[in-house]
Amino acid sequence: MAAVMPQLATPPVPSRLLLSGNEAVARAVWESGVRVAAAYPGTPATEIIESLARYPDLHTEWSVNEKVSMEVALGASMTGARAFCAMKHVGLNVASDCLMTMTITGAYGGLVIAVADDVGLSSSQNEQDSRFWGRFAHLPILEPADSQEAYEMTKYAFGLSEQYETPVLLRLTTRICHVKALVSVGEREAHEPAGFIKNPQRWVMVPAHAKARIPGLFQREETLRGVSETSPLNVLEPGRDRRVGFVASGPAYMHVKEAFPDAPVLKLGFSYPWPLEKMRALAAMCDTLLVVEETELLLETEIKAAGIACHGKDVLPRMGELSPQVLSPAVDRLLGKEPPPPAPAATPMKVFPRPPTLCASCPHMGIYYTLSQIKNIIVTGDIGCYTLGAGHPWNALDSTICMGATMGVALGIDKGRGEADRNKRILAVIGDSTFMHMGMQGLLNITYNKGNITVLLLDNNTTGMTGGQATPASGRDIHGQEAPRVSLAKVVEALGVAVEHIRIVDPYELPVLFKTVREEIKHEGPSVIIAQRPCVLTDGFKPFRPYLVDEDKCTGCGNCLDVGCPAIHVTRREMAIKPSGKEVELAFANIDNQACTGCGLCVQPCAPDAIQHVARHDIPIHIVKS
Amino acid sequence: MNQDTITNILVCGIGGQGVMTATEILAEAAIAEGHDVKKTEVAGMAQRGGVVTSHLRFGRKVLSPQIEPGTVQVLLGFEGAEALRWSHYLRAEGIALVNNARLVPPVVELGLFEYPEDPAGQMRAAGRRVVSFDAMSIAHDLGEIRLGNTVMLGAIADYLPFAPDVLLACIVKRFARKGENVVDANRRAFAAGREAVAKQLGTASA
Repeated sequence: MAAVMPQLATPPVPSRLLLSGNEAVARAVWESGVRVAAAYPGTPATEIIESLARYPDLHTEWSVNEKVSMEVALGASMTGARAFCAMKHVGLNVASDCLMTMTITGAYGGLVIAVADDVGLSSSQNEQDSRFWGRFAHLPILEPADSQEAYEMTKYAFGLSEQYETPVLLRLTTRICHVKALVSVGEREAHEPAGFIKNPQRWVMVPAHAKARIPGLFQREETLRGVSETSPLNVLEPGRDRRVGFVASGPAYMHVKEAFPDAPVLKLGFSYPWPLEKMRALAAMCDTLLVVEETELLLETEIKAAGIACHGKDVLPRMGELSPQVLSPAVDRLLGKEPPPPAPAATPMKVFPRPPTLCASCPHMGIYYTLSQIKNIIVTGDIGCYTLGAGHPWNALDSTICMGATMGVALGIDKGRGEADRNKRILAVIGDSTFMHMGMQGLLNITYNKGNITVLLLDNNTTGMTGGQATPASGRDIHGQEAPRVSLAKVVEALGVAVEHIRIVDPYELPVLFKTVREEIKHEGPSVIIAQRPCVLTDGFKPFRPYLVDEDKCTGCGNCLDVGCPAIHVTRREMAIKPSGKEVELAFANIDNQACTGCGLCVQPCAPDAIQHVARHDIPIHIVKS
Repeated sequence: MNQDTITNILVCGIGGQGVMTATEILAEAAIAEGHDVKKTEVAGMAQRGGVVTSHLRFGRKVLSPQIEPGTVQVLLGFEGAEALRWSHYLRAEGIALVNNARLVPPVVELGLFEYPEDPAGQMRAAGRRVVSFDAMSIAHDLGEIRLGNTVMLGAIADYLPFAPDVLLACIVKRFARKGENVVDANRRAFAAGREAVAKQLGTASA
């Protein structure tokens, strides 16, 4: 999305809108008079700031990482401005250093942190439950169950934050963020910041000051427990069928209502601190209590610790998304009934897996094709589209942990290796956005500690995986407007890499890329190869003339398939005997010229020169102009 | 159970095919008819050639956004193997409307897995009601392959609990600012989609 995104002169007309949870949160943030909103992109939270950037009268930004986004929000709050930051679950790990002290300073202007858990790992390296942070940092947690609640709770959160001078965690999950539903919305209310007041005892967190404030933290938590007890966000629905009573928050509440419309439910919207008296009232009115929570057994443990008997993860799955059909058999078992076997027709048919692929013309294919051709290397990887290099056909990545980890892991392998790995070369792959998020420190650490690492910095001029957001190296801001453009080569040089070992290559030029990688892995010391080509999903990418396969020339060697391009298809397979007597399978290929954008990567390994440009008159044209 | 008063539509295909946009237009049509609506999908990595499903539920009041296996009234498949993959979501009397597109992923081209010979036939053999058609060649005949999505929407138009014109109006609204030519082309694509399904069933288009 490198295109200029126009800011709306007037916001969408207030009424009932079909909004995702992310869009609903954004709308509420805007209506709450927030002045500053910051985030680093991350699924499933990306669209919160993306849609907020379209509203007028507030500063929105892509921060370089989640910790910075939280610090920006805190600074704004210090002036009395309402402030907001949003992140995915693993982003809060990054921001937690700020969080754990910010909870002591507290908020001045309303300060809300939206954190979105990728329950079911649709696009993340782990599954984790961000509700732990409320306990760890002694902060209140609000958990909406749909878009309307996401909107309403966000607005409520700013008031709560200001009244109790506390940052508020708005805990979302994929099934809030990425569900669209009708939302009744309102208008923006102005909120003028009261002004920054110098107060070192509050804002300068040296030991003496922090020590003096920590008792207030516990006091605040107790006060909030009382607020939660009477909060209209925590609703005890008495129901009629009292055999099993449910405790549920977030999307889990909807699953409970769908499967057991007549059962008693304590719906927790203000889910931490949770209301003990309402919990006791629920327990008293039903035979058995079942806690339905995504994903850890957090409430369950606390409810048991409060002396209330309950079930939870003993009958429900410990990981992944819950659903009505997951709940029903669990409740059957609690009631001593054998759940009915699944209907045979409801069993999935056997179909091949379809893992995500790199796009046709993706510059990363050139990198992984090259790495797949080099022996005796260890390649550490990172978070982004380029993590797909671990898959077929390249199998060219050996590790992926967390944002920026490629650098530290590579150095650790270099320093830790024994005789078994003595002759191996170590490469670290990282994307441009991830590099600026958390990779720069790791590279500095490599140069400072004299690591023997070749870094492949894949500069596609965007944050690709999350849909093409601007970065400090793309020269565009969140609105698509021009912004200062940082030079990655200069950053790398400043981090201590010798100029002669900073190489800039075109990942479409396979022979040059191959030669450069060979040269730099021989160098004893740090080097950085910057591979520059824009992501094909951004406006910076201009398609070339597509290719086709001359079937008379194709020998079926299958070399082109090793590039991993989704536009290359096999037309037929044949068994053949090589001169050595070895039997091989030949795969004759063609190219889907609707999908091919002419990068030419497959042309280069094609031994018989069978891949040629489509004749100009054969290029598909669009008759209906738009 | 809430299930019987709710319409469940599952739209499936591959990242980049327009599954999410098509479902969005279906959702707009349901809203225009006064229904409560929830629509959900797992995006993220899906834009890169992976599996995409979009769940649409509408009725008087929708609670859980996720559709469960065995509860779908209409499965709209943008690709053959993907329709087969999700066919167990259909309820017994449900129907699958399937574009015959055969999008073969690299893992199959590399010889690691096999693409099913006849996905629609396999579904029929399993007792499913299936209507299959070639949305892309219909769109191609209309002069613009990008009309494929509107052909798909035309295909489902007679299987909704409201008049096809409600859906057509939402499509027209979406393309209105692109001018009359584009709107007309989409009207033709919508009609062609309806006709393709009706022809398969041997009945006249309503």
